[in-house]
Amino acid sequence: MQTNRRNFLKLTAAAGGAAMTPFAWATRADAQGLETMVVASGQTINSLDLHRTGTNRASYQVAINCYDRLVGFGSRQLPTGEMSYDYDTIVPELAESWTISDDGLVFTFTLKPDATFTDGSPVTAADVKWSFDRAVSVGGFPSTQMRAGGFFRPDQFEAVDDQTFVLRLDYPSKLSLPNLAVPVPFIINSKVAIANATEADPWAMEYLHTTTAGSGAYTVTRWDQGQQIVYDRNDGWVGGPVPEIRRVIMREVPNNSTRRALIERGDVQVSFDIPDRDASELVGTVDVFSTPIENCIHCACLNTKFEPFQDPEVRKAIAHAIPYEAIFQSAAYGRGAPMWGGPTEITDTAWPRPFPYATDMDKAREHLEASSFASGFPVQMSISLDLASWMEPTALLIQESLGQLGITTTVERIPGANWRTVALVEKSLDFHLENFGGWLNTPDYYFFWAYQKDRLFNSSNYDNPEVHALTEQTLHMSTDDPEWAPLVKKMFQIVIDDLPRIPLYQPALNVAVNGASGYEFWFHRQLDPRRMTGV
Amino acid sequence: MAGRTRAIGMRLAQTVPVIIGVIVISFILTRALPGDPAVYFAGAMADAESIQQVREALGLDKPLVTQFFLYVGDLAQGDLGRSISTGQPVLTDLAARLPASLELTLSALVLSCLIAIPLGVLAAVRQGSWVDHLCRVLVTAGVSLPTFFTGILLVYVFYYLLGWAPSPLGRLDFIYFEPPRVTGFYLVDSLITGDLETFTATLRQLTLPTITLALFTLAPIARMTRAAMLQALSSDYIRTAHAAGLSRGKILFGYGLRNALLPVVTTLGMVFSFVLGANVLVEKVFAWPGIGSYAVEALVASDYAAVQGFVLAMAFLFVTLNLIIDLSYALIDPRIGFDTK
Repeated sequence: MQTNRRNFLKLTAAAGGAAMTPFAWATRADAQGLETMVVASGQTINSLDLHRTGTNRASYQVAINCYDRLVGFGSRQLPTGEMSYDYDTIVPELAESWTISDDGLVFTFTLKPDATFTDGSPVTAADVKWSFDRAVSVGGFPSTQMRAGGFFRPDQFEAVDDQTFVLRLDYPSKLSLPNLAVPVPFIINSKVAIANATEADPWAMEYLHTTTAGSGAYTVTRWDQGQQIVYDRNDGWVGGPVPEIRRVIMREVPNNSTRRALIERGDVQVSFDIPDRDASELVGTVDVFSTPIENCIHCACLNTKFEPFQDPEVRKAIAHAIPYEAIFQSAAYGRGAPMWGGPTEITDTAWPRPFPYATDMDKAREHLEASSFASGFPVQMSISLDLASWMEPTALLIQESLGQLGITTTVERIPGANWRTVALVEKSLDFHLENFGGWLNTPDYYFFWAYQKDRLFNSSNYDNPEVHALTEQTLHMSTDDPEWAPLVKKMFQIVIDDLPRIPLYQPALNVAVNGASGYEFWFHRQLDPRRMTGV
Repeated sequence: MAGRTRAIGMRLAQTVPVIIGVIVISFILTRALPGDPAVYFAGAMADAESIQQVREALGLDKPLVTQFFLYVGDLAQGDLGRSISTGQPVLTDLAARLPASLELTLSALVLSCLIAIPLGVLAAVRQGSWVDHLCRVLVTAGVSLPTFFTGILLVYVFYYLLGWAPSPLGRLDFIYFEPPRVTGFYLVDSLITGDLETFTATLRQLTLPTITLALFTLAPIARMTRAAMLQALSSDYIRTAHAAGLSRGKILFGYGLRNALLPVVTTLGMVFSFVLGANVLVEKVFAWPGIGSYAVEALVASDYAAVQGFVLAMAFLFVTLNLIIDLSYALIDPRIGFDTK
């Protein structure tokens, strides 16, 4: 990735006749499309290879920008007018077309004949097979995500000929096709990778860590860890319409105030993932997008191992005592979506959905008096220091409100490095805040992770055999199946009554844009510049 | 001269146990940190099996003693290990980030010396005058304003409102490329290649963070200069010099300041060591890719290799610095000889 100044300029000149300075000021002023987009982000990229152990979330953007998948998601307009990817529309990316056998077990993909990697070699089914084998074999997060779609072993993947790739499932699942469009199953140039693999490193983890070998819309031309990553457009991209923006520069700017000054001054076009507070204050100055994150809910969780929480009246009392509006305003600055005060009757399958509880101290008292803990009890409420920006104010507000009922809470702050172990693995926290969000946007997928017994994000130790069975039943069932909706509504009803998790609000992903357009929300919470344009 | 060489050799030999101690302690301390790196880096969705895979990949499944000897073995070959959170060898990270921090810290110290020493001298000479009061105000402000606040304030005024300063985007604006690496100091490297444009750009980027840090470091240096100067000026030899009819300049700088410099240099050394590690907040505000933020991020992620590498690098730096300060004592005050130690 070493590009010195001289050949960098040469590259630019060759690529498209920009003037001596390759960057944006002049081009921005004339408003004829955007040559270079500068993005400020608080996150750091630590690898160009998503499959590598320890690759962080910010690095997923490389898999999105520089690699293709077989399929992608379309886009749709949200009721708020903002644009979002569309979970329900699967569009071709490297695959030209595909067929699914009647039993739903065999997927046959035909690759686009003109698809090439950035080194000019054609994309073949063998590349797809190698990349999928890698994703299910390397372990860690990529393999876990592959399993969600029903992809477990290399023998499920077959390259029939150069253009035809076949995928065989053990069971039919509605999650399989969408799971091919998430960042994980990206397609790598296997010839280049194998040439750089060693016996100790058969999957070329070392090589692909610092170099991209894909067919995606952009290539990484420069990566200064801790400072910036520079993407240049791949003009031969066939995965979709060639992007308008020629170069994207992602600068790491850790300080929120600095990022805010940069976006307000217009020196960067996008400030990605800004705090709720900045988002609410920037409205009117620059374009602010606050999209509620799909399938993600900030919850207060009641651990069933803790005796008072085994009493349903206590759980209801707490659900009525939580100061939802105050939390939404002071922890989220009103960005996102409320998750309280919903209708009692369940008529649709929307998820996340507002639960039918609202702040009502009288009702809360009634419920508590009906319980066997009428005079209250002491409880420890735990929060993660990594997520203190929303958990801290939320915890304090809940503490104050529960105090009025005689439930005395002490707030325990747990370091981020420990949080996962105590909250999710040991599930030992009596009362805590949690924020699971699922990539695959179906309610049953959320239930799978957060309500089924012993699942990682079921930090409340919730164990309801009926919910468990309903989740099993609906998880792979098509949402068009007439049985699906009634079953899902039943699941909703049970957890709304049982309340192992009390939804507080649906958080938003906030993005400020100044001098660019075409921003779309994506479930992976990274910026997808492929469909962005100038003003 | 031979005596001095031997003395320096002795001093260097004394640093060996220090370094060994640092290696052992940093190894033990990082292992004692709460948090499990295997869990952290396996990601939120990981199951027990994938965590075990990660643990083996990181070599954390071996007994501590084995890990220690493997670490020392690698260290002997100049391999500091690989940081998991940045994905780079620690040596590469340090080589990239240490010069950034040093360049910032040194510029700040030079600037603050240029202001603080004359200010301290003047304040001492004209005790109670407006200069003395100015000195007091600056010192109080410098100490009481946290660096991140000064930093954000400067960004707000000079970048956001006035537009004089360049975007606070680290060491160089993205329209420039870093000069070919010789020392890692952009100011020096751009001069070596004769690239004045990049030099100016670097200087512009450096200005605000340097002022921020300088304001912070100004206080101890100015205070110490003033106090040391006052003490020196009230001593007998100054009175004698006055009586002997020496010129005012000769007395002030030849006898007063020279004797006052000793505590100032000591303070300078302490301030330097302190600031190098403590300018995390300035680095964050100015997106400066420095060593402080690197260390903090590594600590949060329980990134053993990176934390150990950082501690070791700092230890080396401090040892070197102390050596330089000791040597400079002898230059400033010939009475302090190495032979006498």
